[in-house]
Amino acid sequence: MLRFVAGALVALGLFAALPLFVHNEYWFFAGYVVLQFIVLATAWNILGGYAGYVNFGTGAFFAVGGYTAVALYKAFALPLGLQILAGAAASGLLGFGVGLLTLRLRGIFFSIATIAVAIVLETVVVNWSYVGGAKGLPTMRPASTPLFDSYTVWLFFVMAALALLSVCIARYIETSWIGRGLRAIRDNEGAAECSGVPTLKLKLGAATLSGALMGAAGAPFAQYLSFIEPSSSFSLTYAVNALAMPMIGGVGHWVGPVIGAVLLGTVQQWATVRFQSEINVLVVGVLLVVFVVAAPEGILGLARKLFPGKR
Amino acid sequence: MSDLLEVSRLAKNFGGFTALDGVSLSVARGERFGLIGPNGSGKTTLINCVSGALAHDGGSIRFGGEDISALPAYQRTRRGIARSFQIPRPFHSMSVLENLLVPLEYVSGGSEDEAQEILRQIGLADKAQTRSNQLSQVELRKLELARAMAARPRLLISDEAMAGLSSNEVGEVLEILFRLNATGITVIMIEHIMQAVMKFSQRVVCLDAGRIICEGAPAEIVANPEVQRAYLGA
Amino acid sequence: MVLGAYATYELVGLGMDPVLAGLALTPAFFLFGLAVYQFYYATFERRGTDQGLRGIAFFFGVAFIVQVALILAFGVDQRLVEADYIGTSLEFGDTRIPKRMLVAFGVALAMTAALALYLSRSFTGRAIKAVAQDEGALRLMGADPVRIKRWAFGIATATCAIAGSLLIIVGPVDPNLDRLYIGRTFCVVVLAGLGSMSGTLVAGLILGIAESVVLSTVGTAWAPAVAFGILLVVLGVRPAGLFGR
Repeated sequence: MLRFVAGALVALGLFAALPLFVHNEYWFFAGYVVLQFIVLATAWNILGGYAGYVNFGTGAFFAVGGYTAVALYKAFALPLGLQILAGAAASGLLGFGVGLLTLRLRGIFFSIATIAVAIVLETVVVNWSYVGGAKGLPTMRPASTPLFDSYTVWLFFVMAALALLSVCIARYIETSWIGRGLRAIRDNEGAAECSGVPTLKLKLGAATLSGALMGAAGAPFAQYLSFIEPSSSFSLTYAVNALAMPMIGGVGHWVGPVIGAVLLGTVQQWATVRFQSEINVLVVGVLLVVFVVAAPEGILGLARKLFPGKR
Repeated sequence: MSDLLEVSRLAKNFGGFTALDGVSLSVARGERFGLIGPNGSGKTTLINCVSGALAHDGGSIRFGGEDISALPAYQRTRRGIARSFQIPRPFHSMSVLENLLVPLEYVSGGSEDEAQEILRQIGLADKAQTRSNQLSQVELRKLELARAMAARPRLLISDEAMAGLSSNEVGEVLEILFRLNATGITVIMIEHIMQAVMKFSQRVVCLDAGRIICEGAPAEIVANPEVQRAYLGA
Repeated sequence: MVLGAYATYELVGLGMDPVLAGLALTPAFFLFGLAVYQFYYATFERRGTDQGLRGIAFFFGVAFIVQVALILAFGVDQRLVEADYIGTSLEFGDTRIPKRMLVAFGVALAMTAALALYLSRSFTGRAIKAVAQDEGALRLMGADPVRIKRWAFGIATATCAIAGSLLIIVGPVDPNLDRLYIGRTFCVVVLAGLGSMSGTLVAGLILGIAESVVLSTVGTAWAPAVAFGILLVVLGVRPAGLFGR
C-alpha cells in the first residue's frame, strides 16, 4: 500500500509538470472533466461495486458539494481547500442520512431514496435565492493562483490530486478487511451478519465515504465554470455516468472505474464537440445496457478472459 | 453454573401466523443438544431468533448469563453463537479460504493458518483456492460448518447440515461435530436424520407447530407417541 | 408511461380519440412488456443470484435510453392532444370540474377496479400475488413462476399505455416527465404498502391532495418535491406502508 501511495505522489508530480509541456488550455479544461469522473466513478464503486448498493442520485451528492462550496465562498470567501472539505462534509452527511433512513431495509429502498433525495434537493436549491435559484449564480475566480499561471490549470491539478486520493482510498478499502466485509455483504448479507460482520455500520461508512468523495468532486465545479445552476449540477448525466463507468470498466476493483471514466469521459468530451449533447449521453446509456447484458464483469472482466493469469 | 443458553417463553409471529408460541428451553455448557420436529414446526425460526437473524416478538434469550435480546446478529456471533444455514449461503465471489477469513477477521482475530487448519479438519483443504460458487452440495455444507467453526464459537448451531447427504458423508459430518464438542463447544443439532440425532444428542427436544411437545433423552423422545403423531400425522 | 403518452400523441394525430388510443396501445405494450421481461430473465436471473445490481442497472439504462430517444425524436417541448372533453368543464355552483379530469379519473378507477378483481379472482391473478410470497410453493402447485412474472410484467407495461394516454389527456407532456413520475409512482407504492391494490387508491388520493395543497399554498416550484418528500418520510417512519404485508 505504501508503494502505491508513493506511486500516486509521483503521478501527482507528473500532473504538476504537465503545464510545462502542454500549452493549450483546452486540454486542461477537458481533462478536468475526465478526472472529475474518475472521482465520481470511484466513489460510486465503493458503495455500489464493493457492497452492492446502487446509488442513482450521484447528481445530488455532486451538486450538494458544489452548492455548499458556493454558499460558503459567498459568505466567507473561503479558499478552495476548505471549500472542498466543506463540500465533502456536507455530502458525506447526506450519504449518512440517506443510509440511516434506508440501509436497514432491502437494497432497492436505498436506491429509490437516492432518486428521491436528488429531486427534493434540486427543488430546494431552485427555490433558494441565496444561491441563485433556478437562474444560477455566477462566481468570481480569485485573483491569484497558487503554483500555476492559469486558474484552470490549478483546478486541473486539484482535481488530479482528488482523483489520486480517491483511488488510493478505494484501493486501501478493497485490499483490507473492510473490503472483504463489504464483499461479504454484497454476496450474502445475512450470512455476513451471522459471520460477525457489522453490516449496518459498514454500509453506513461506505455510504458516507462515497457521498463525501462525490461532494469533494463537486466543490470546485462552480469555479470551473464560473457559474453554477441547478439543472446542470443535478443533471441525470452524473447519475448515469457514475453508474455506467464502474459497470463498464469493471466493478469490484479500483481500476475499473478509472478505465470506465477515462474511456467514457474522453469519448463524451470528443462527442460534445461534434454532436448534440443528447447523443453523447445516449451513447453512455446504450453502452451501459450493452455491457450489462453482454460483459457483466466489464472491461476488466474481458481483459481477464483474454489474458488469464494476469491480475 | 448457569446454562449457556436460556430461552424463555420465546414468541414469534409472521403476520397472522404464530411460528413460535412461548418456547422455553435451556442448553447446558458442553452439551450435545438435538432439536427435532416436522417441517414448519418452527425449528429454523427458533434458531433465527437465537442467532439474531430475526427479531423475536416476546420472551427473552440469555446467553452465558447475559440477556442478548437487544443485540444485533453480528454482536451475538461475537459473543460466541455461530450457526450454519440450512440452504448454504456461501460468499460466492470469494474462494473457500476467503470465506473463512470473514469470520476470522471479524470475530476471532485469527489468521490464514487457522483457516487452513479448519479446512484440513473438515476435509476441504484441497479446495482452499476454489471459488465457492463452484463447490458441490456436500462441499458447500462443509463450508457452512467450517465458516461457523472459524468464528470460534462457544455454541454452534448446525441447521440440517446433513440433509441429502449419503450415509458416509453423514458419518463424516457427525465425526466433525463430535470432535468439536470434545473441545468444549456446545452443539445444537437440528436434523431429520433420526440415526444421527440419536447417536449424537445427550438430550432432545421436539417442536411441533411452534410449541415444545416433548423433552428428554433420545430413546425416550423417539418412543414418545406425541412425537410419532407429529411426524406421521394424526 | 411517457412512451405511452407519446404513442397516444401520435395516434391522436392520426385521428383517434385519446382514451381509445390508450386502449388500442394496450396489447402492443403488453407484448412489449413480455418481451422485455423475457430478455431480462434470460440475461440476468438465470445466470445466478448476484445479478440484482446488473438487473437494476439494465432497467435504469433502458429508461434513460427511452428518455433520450424521446428527446431526440420530439424535442424537449411539451406536446398535448385535443378531444371533445379537453378544454371544457362541468359546473356545479361555484366549482368547475374540467371534463378531462373526470375522464381520466373514471378510466383510472375502472382500470384499478379491473386489476383488483383480476388479481383476486382469476387463477393467474392470484398466482401473481403468490409469486411474491413464495415462489417455491407456487412451483409445486403447477404454475411456472417465470411465466407468471412475465405475464405480470406484461400487464404492468400494458397499464402504462393506458396511464400514458391519461397523462396526455390531463396535461401537456415532455420527455423529462419520467423523473417526476418515478417519484410519484414510488411514493404511492411505498405509501400504500407493497401488494395492496386498494392501498394504491388511498395512497394516490393522499398524494394528489398533498400536492394540491402544496401547490396552492407554497407555489408550483415545490410541487416535485412533495412526492419524494412523502416517500422519504414513509421510508423512515413506516417502511411497510399503510396497508403493507
